[in-house]
Amino acid sequence: MLVSLAWSSLGSRKKSVILTFLSLLISISVLLSVEHIRQQAKESFNRTISDVDLIVGAPSGQLNLLLYSVFRMGSPTSNINYASYEALQESKLVEWAIPISLGDSHRGFRVMGTNDNYFQHFKFGNKQALSFQNGNAFASLFEAVIGADVAKELGYKVGDSVVISHGIGNTSFTNHDNTPFTITGILSATGTPVDKTVHVSLNAIEAIHLSASKQSQLLNDATSVNTTPDSVTAVMLGLTSKFATFKLQRDINNYKTDRLMAILPGVALTELWQMMGTVENLLRVISILVLISSLFGLSTMLLASMQQRKNEIAVLRVLGAGPGVIFTLVLVEALILVLLAIVAAIGLLSAALTLSSDWLASQYGLFLSANLLTLETLKVVSVITLAAIVTSAIPAFEAYKNALHSSLSSK
Amino acid sequence: MSAAPEQPLKNEAHSKNTAPNQGNAFALNDVKYHYADSNSSGLHIPTWKVNYGDRVFLHGHSGSGKTTLLNLLAGVLTPQSGELSLLGKPFSALSARQRDKFRAQHIGVVFQQFNLIPYLSVLKNIELATYFAKAGKTNVADAAEALLIGLKLPATILQQPANTLSVGQQQRVAIARALINKPEILLVDEPTSALDAAARDAFMTILIDMCKQHNTTLIFVSHDMYLKKFFETSVEMSSLKQPAESM
Repeated sequence: MLVSLAWSSLGSRKKSVILTFLSLLISISVLLSVEHIRQQAKESFNRTISDVDLIVGAPSGQLNLLLYSVFRMGSPTSNINYASYEALQESKLVEWAIPISLGDSHRGFRVMGTNDNYFQHFKFGNKQALSFQNGNAFASLFEAVIGADVAKELGYKVGDSVVISHGIGNTSFTNHDNTPFTITGILSATGTPVDKTVHVSLNAIEAIHLSASKQSQLLNDATSVNTTPDSVTAVMLGLTSKFATFKLQRDINNYKTDRLMAILPGVALTELWQMMGTVENLLRVISILVLISSLFGLSTMLLASMQQRKNEIAVLRVLGAGPGVIFTLVLVEALILVLLAIVAAIGLLSAALTLSSDWLASQYGLFLSANLLTLETLKVVSVITLAAIVTSAIPAFEAYKNALHSSLSSK
Repeated sequence: MSAAPEQPLKNEAHSKNTAPNQGNAFALNDVKYHYADSNSSGLHIPTWKVNYGDRVFLHGHSGSGKTTLLNLLAGVLTPQSGELSLLGKPFSALSARQRDKFRAQHIGVVFQQFNLIPYLSVLKNIELATYFAKAGKTNVADAAEALLIGLKLPATILQQPANTLSVGQQQRVAIARALINKPEILLVDEPTSALDAAARDAFMTILIDMCKQHNTTLIFVSHDMYLKKFFETSVEMSSLKQPAESM
C-alpha cells in the first residue's frame, strides 16, 4: 500500500520526478561504468599474458615494450637481430623462447610473425595454453592461423585465402597481393589480443617484404630464396628456473653484440597500474561527486514538494498514519526513484558495453564483459542505495516534523 | 494493489455496536490546552459530555477554539492537563502511536476542504482509510460502492482521480471515506463552506441520514447558524469553555 501510494505520489509530479530520475540515471551510470571498466580493464590486462618470465626487445621504455609486444598497442621502435633470438634460445637458463615480428596487418587486424613455440608455450589467463577450434598450426610459408574474433568478424574458414597489407591501418595502399595466405587453423577464443591477431611464420613476414621479382621466383620454387629473417620485434622467454630471472635480465641488458632490453611483464604491468591508478582515483572521485550532487538534487526535489504536500500529510495523519509512516513514505519515494535509476543504468551500460565491445577490443585491447551483475557492482549498488537513504532522510525528516505538527486546521 | 494488510486484527467490528452503546462517546474533564508558540488565549473546558449516538452542532465565532477542540477530540493534539476519554477509554493517556491507531479505527474526520489525496482514485482514497485502520476488509470496493450510492454518488466515480470531482462530490466522498471503517465518532469541520446553498442542503440531509443509519456520534463544527436546524443538540463554544488565563 505504501509503495503504491508513493508510486502514485511520484506520478502526480511527473516533470520534476522525470528530471530527477534522469540526473540519477546519468550519475549512477557514470559511477557504475567507472567501477566496472576499472575492474574489467585490470582483469583483461592481467589475463593477457601468463607464465612469461621475460620479454626481450629493443631498448625503449618497459611500458612501451609491454604494450606493443603483448597488447599490440603502438608501434615497435626498432627490431632486434634474429641472431640474438637464437642466442637466447640457446641459453641454459631459457626453457623456451617465442619470437614475434609485428608491423603488418590484415583488414585492421594485426599480423604477427612467430613460430611453433608460440602455439606450444604461449599462455594466457590462468596459465591456459592456446588451442585450436579448427585446423592446426601453419606448416609451410604462405599459411596463416587466425584468432577467433578475426574468423568471426571476417567470416573466414579454414582453407580461405587472405592478403596481408603493409603497415597497421585498415586500408593500406601497399597490399602484398602477390602473396596470398591460406588459413590452416582458427584458435579458440581467449578474450585477449590473440583473438584479434593473424599469425604467420617468421619466414612469411620476410617473404612478403621481398622485392616483386624475388617473390615470383619464390612462388615458383620455395627453396630458391632464403627467407630466414634477420630480425624480430621481440622475444618472450620462459625460464628453467624463476630464480634466474634477474640474472638473465641483467645479462641481456648488458649484451654486447646487440642492443637489448629485458623486462618482467609483472613489473611492467604494475607500473602501468600505478600510472593509471591516479587517473582511476580521479575518475572515481569525480563520479562519486556527480552521484552526491544528483542525490542532493533528489532530496531538493522532495523537499520542494513538501510545501504542496502539507494537505496530503494532514489527510494521511487524520486517517491514522503516524509520523513514522509519513517518514517512511518519503523514503520509499526516494528509494523507488533510485532503484529504478540503478536498474535503468545497469541496462543502459550492458547495452552500451555489448555494442562497443568489439571497438574497445580492437582500439584499446580491452576485453570488457557486458555482464554487470558481479559482486563488485552489487557492492557499488548497495553503497548508492545507502547514500540515497541518508540524503533522502533530510526531506523525510521534514515530512516527519510536518506530520507531527499537522492538525485538522491545515486548510 | 491489495487493500488487505497482513496483520491479524482484533475484530473491532463485532464489539463496536454493542459495547459502548450506553454511556458517553466523549467525556472531558478539566481539559486545558494552549499553543506553545501563540499568545492567543488557550482552551479550558471544565466539563463536557456527549452521549453515544448524539449529533451535536458545535458553533462559535472564528478563533473561539472550535478547531482546537476538534484536534483534541481527534487525538491530533493532546491536552496539557485534564482528562479526555473517548468511548470510555482515557484517550489523553494513550501513546501517540496508540492514538493514531485509535483514530484510524474509531474516528472519521471530514475537513472543510482538501479531504482527498488529489492524485489517487476515489477507491484508493477510501482504501487508504481501511489500510491505516488495519481493518483487513477484502471487499472495500463493494462497501465503498454501497456508501457512495447512499451518498447519491454514481458508483462509476470510484475509479476517477479525486481531483476530477466537483467540490460537492469530493466532500461526499470524504464522508464515505470517514464512514468506511464504521467509526463510532464522526468529526466534521465546516464541510459546507465551499458548497453553494443547494449542494449544502443536500449534503447536510445525506450526512444526517448516514449518521442515523450507522448510529454514529456526530460532532459538527460550524460558524453558520443556518445549519443549526439540522441538529437536535446545539452547543455554543463559549458556553463550553472558561477562558483560560491569558498568557
